[in-house]
Amino acid sequence: MDASSSDTTAQLPARPVLEGPDIARMLTRIAHEIVERAKGADDVVLLGIPTRGVFLARRLAAKLEEITGRAVPVGSLDITMYRDDLRLGPARTLARTDIPAEGIEGRVVLLVDDVLFSGRTIRAALDALGDIGRPRAVQLAVLVDRGHRELPIRADYVGKNLPTSLRETVKVQLTEEDGRDAVLLGVKHTAPAGER
Amino acid sequence: MKRHLISAADLTRDDAVLILDTAEEMARVADRPIKKLPTLRGRTVCNLFFEDSTRTRISFEAAEKRLSADVINFAAKGSSVSKGESLKDTAQTLEAMGVDAVVIRHSASGAPYRLATSGWIDAPVINAGDGTHQHPTQALLDAFTMRRRLIGPDAGLGQDLAGRRITLVGDVLHSRVARSNVDLLHTLGAEVTLVAPPTLVPVGVENWPCEVSYDLDAVLPKSDAVMMLRVQRERMNAAFFPTEREYSRRYGLDGERMARMPGHALVMHPGPMVRGMEITAEVADSDRCTVVEQVANGVSIRMAVLYLLLGGNEPALTHPRTEEK
Repeated sequence: MDASSSDTTAQLPARPVLEGPDIARMLTRIAHEIVERAKGADDVVLLGIPTRGVFLARRLAAKLEEITGRAVPVGSLDITMYRDDLRLGPARTLARTDIPAEGIEGRVVLLVDDVLFSGRTIRAALDALGDIGRPRAVQLAVLVDRGHRELPIRADYVGKNLPTSLRETVKVQLTEEDGRDAVLLGVKHTAPAGER
Repeated sequence: MKRHLISAADLTRDDAVLILDTAEEMARVADRPIKKLPTLRGRTVCNLFFEDSTRTRISFEAAEKRLSADVINFAAKGSSVSKGESLKDTAQTLEAMGVDAVVIRHSASGAPYRLATSGWIDAPVINAGDGTHQHPTQALLDAFTMRRRLIGPDAGLGQDLAGRRITLVGDVLHSRVARSNVDLLHTLGAEVTLVAPPTLVPVGVENWPCEVSYDLDAVLPKSDAVMMLRVQRERMNAAFFPTEREYSRRYGLDGERMARMPGHALVMHPGPMVRGMEITAEVADSDRCTVVEQVANGVSIRMAVLYLLLGGNEPALTHPRTEEK
């Protein structure tokens, strides 16, 4: 996830713009879109980007299984060591990279993340994928696209386009990690100078 | 975490577990077609070896290259200049070259500490073994091997070695591996027992956080891991035991003794092994012996240490050390 999408700086109370049922409906729609575009999703592998992208990937995999009747391989892809801002702070704790046994060679890899913001996380994910194998195609599914791209990257599947200002924060909460499903829109106290 | 890694005693439990967990992720890189990460691209690491080494040096070099660091290997053999001065000159040369980290092995205990605290150089210093003092990355890779084998790679994440009984056998007196292991294993909550001839037990061992025994056969059935130490002739200047045969008979690990260990217990050795002295070929080649695994794990641990010290603009954040004294 992009650094600022889970910003923990002092914020005004964030208001929910999406609740649990909205998120469930979006994931169901995205799952159907995937099946349609990937012609049955026979060779799709889902890779979630930690932390919340992994939970979203697992939920999507469950929905895809409901639709197609086949188990879809799901894993996680940590991009920490491919970040371009590693030198801007202390060394970050690594998250789990878990490539399914089927591998990614010649398959359609669907990257799953919670918030698409600058695009730098996805750039890092593409670099990481290149070191792991050569997928037939790479696609991107995100729950929220908040705009402000800094790289020529776009999502193939979007839960919700959420136009924001750089003074705002977008925080996705998921039951697995936060105890509830919601997308919260808040306002930073600090100016957005140099933010990513 | 601190800026340097000089001693295993410098690591808090949280630091140590963070290194072990990070190494678990690094280990996965070894299974990929491209065993390389871009994390330390543009960083220069100097391996400064004033003492012979095969395993540690190759391991550090492999770890640095897997993280895409630029590596300078410096072997300083047979320097006739006094150690302090030559170390200072070398350090200032490295500083002038702009190295980002120094990995140092030295036959003089305390040399890495001197380098880290002298002000001669501004880079983080990683101790790759100094005299009979410390070898922190060896202790970390040993703990990593134990955690993987005794708990499991996945189940072990976030775990320490609380309640595990570890036995170190042999030349404790000259062993930096033993000192580092006692410090780290104690930090990780393990119960450590040293077994050695009385002549090879260091003075002041009563202040170490471990038990001491002279009877290997009594300790073996109560051990989760037994680490055999090499008798370090190169550091010996006196006769510490009558004959090799007697040493082997009392403190060597053979098949018969291994059978007295619990079924799950590991046989470990930091290498190089002297087969027939502290360990028989039968034991060294058995499934329970983790020597080769330890070497592989060494690369993962050193990658983790290098990443956590150099990956950001400062070492990774862990909880501050609590004063224990």
